[in-house]
Amino acid sequence: MSSDPEKEPIEKKSEEQKSSEDKPAAAKPTPKPAATKPAAKKEEPELPAFEKGLADKITEKFGEKTTVSYVKPDRIGIKVGKDDLHDVAEFARDVLNYDHVESVAGVDYPSDKEIEVVYHLSSYTDPTLSRQVLELATRAQREEDPIPGNDATKLKSLRDVFYSVEFHEREVFEMLGVYFEGHPDNRRLLLPEDWADLPPLRKDFRIKGR
Amino acid sequence: MSSPTLPPGLAIQKADERIMTLNVGPQHPGSGHMRIVVQIDGDQIVACDPDPGYVHRGEEKMAEYRNYTLNVPHLERPVIHDSCNILYPYVLASEELLGLEIPERAKYIRVIASELNRCIYIQYWLAIYGIFLGHSTMFMWPAGDRELLIDLMEKMTGARVTHSYFIPGGIRNDLPANFEDVCLRQVNYFEKRIKEYADVFYENPILISRTANTGVLTRENAIRLGTTGSVLRASGIDYDVRKKEPYDVYDELDFETPVLKDGDSYARSRIPWLDMMESCRIIRDALQKMPKSGSVRVKLKPNPKGELGSVYKRIESGRGALGCYIVSDKKPEPYRVKLSVPSFRNLIAMPHLLIGEKLGNMPSIYWSLNYWPVEADR
Repeated sequence: MSSDPEKEPIEKKSEEQKSSEDKPAAAKPTPKPAATKPAAKKEEPELPAFEKGLADKITEKFGEKTTVSYVKPDRIGIKVGKDDLHDVAEFARDVLNYDHVESVAGVDYPSDKEIEVVYHLSSYTDPTLSRQVLELATRAQREEDPIPGNDATKLKSLRDVFYSVEFHEREVFEMLGVYFEGHPDNRRLLLPEDWADLPPLRKDFRIKGR
Repeated sequence: MSSPTLPPGLAIQKADERIMTLNVGPQHPGSGHMRIVVQIDGDQIVACDPDPGYVHRGEEKMAEYRNYTLNVPHLERPVIHDSCNILYPYVLASEELLGLEIPERAKYIRVIASELNRCIYIQYWLAIYGIFLGHSTMFMWPAGDRELLIDLMEKMTGARVTHSYFIPGGIRNDLPANFEDVCLRQVNYFEKRIKEYADVFYENPILISRTANTGVLTRENAIRLGTTGSVLRASGIDYDVRKKEPYDVYDELDFETPVLKDGDSYARSRIPWLDMMESCRIIRDALQKMPKSGSVRVKLKPNPKGELGSVYKRIESGRGALGCYIVSDKKPEPYRVKLSVPSFRNLIAMPHLLIGEKLGNMPSIYWSLNYWPVEADR
């Protein structure tokens, strides 16, 4: 709801335009444009401290291999290169105490020729993390003519780090054609066995009539 | 039709003299709309491979072609009996993307609708659980008592099952006149009724002998497999999103989340029943604290555009934590909608629990997982 204090400075402009339209609380200072900027700067250190601390721990350990995409209340988003994902996940499990994966989502970006796979990590055992969701996003190469399992669209599986990704990764494999190396059971899950079309959640697979 | 190369992971199996392979489902009434391939040695299950997907309808793909409001009626289809709860995370996430602040009264009405729906779902599940254990009274009673709450939902939303009641910006319509009194009376009577289930079902020695100590999921495994909802809380972990990460007005309401330690089928079947009693408590509390008048929805511009970025929201449904991940690219339609549903997350526990059990225990373990195939397939 109140995601505005945590925005990157580059997005400030669009934020201010928006705030005048649909955020009555943030719209108050807008009559004085000179006053908005210091006020916005003042809000900058108000990044949620706990979440920021967690994100800093990851960036300290891995340096340039990771980038923080956002820090919001209870949510942290980290972008990781595909070769480092396994290490970051192990670090999140062993040091930060995340113990299971809630969801694995694949998002197709045909214009970037990449497919993003997003893991949402959460924790049952650590009470300080019970509100937190850590989002690890990584991108795999995308091929125009996919041969699922036999092309360059590959990632290293997290099954040996988080056992709970087993069925989620199978779903991403069939829906987007991302093959997970090291996954013990890379079979179809929801689609029929004789499905011979494109992986259906890719953007170039169109629904009839739409 | 013949494929020279098998897809990765697929293998042709040779017949075994001792092990028999059985297809349970997809038409078998004991498995719902899914197939479970079990291998049995005598009557002991030695291998189990769940095969969902018979009711996959591509809800996530469809959501990429419709705008934020038009997605509401079809995204509730995966669990029509719990339609308010499956829409809840989607609506919360789209409100954050569209930058909407919803009125206080709408938040309370949402909580009431969500809890009524939770009871309706659990009653439906309980009826099926009862009939598959051969207890036909336990089919009739919940199926009948469920009607009380369905009538309430009909008064509230105009539809008996598929309500489409939650929309980005609040709820579709305000409560009808005199709703509070009717709701309070029905819920009080409903609570009295469900307490009677103890005598006929939950303290029935035959039920206990069939479900206690079967399909035991230990605390460690419940965490490792990432299970959720009643399966998790039956294994001794107190995790309920309503308490741990309160959404809307759950932090202002007074309720407990039941936890049991045994982790067997009996504990898993007991948790939803205890949940219903807490739901009655929440509804009574919410009716009292709710603002008596005020607006219930924010007017949206036609085809509102979500701000650039992604949002992950989660709520507690009748089966467990339900998450929704929306990616937006500043278009009226979301770029990607992902539903992380509890049934799909609990599916991984199924082979884990069934291996080593007798085939006769399969229905009780399967249904105790609170698994809803249509939801898992989306």
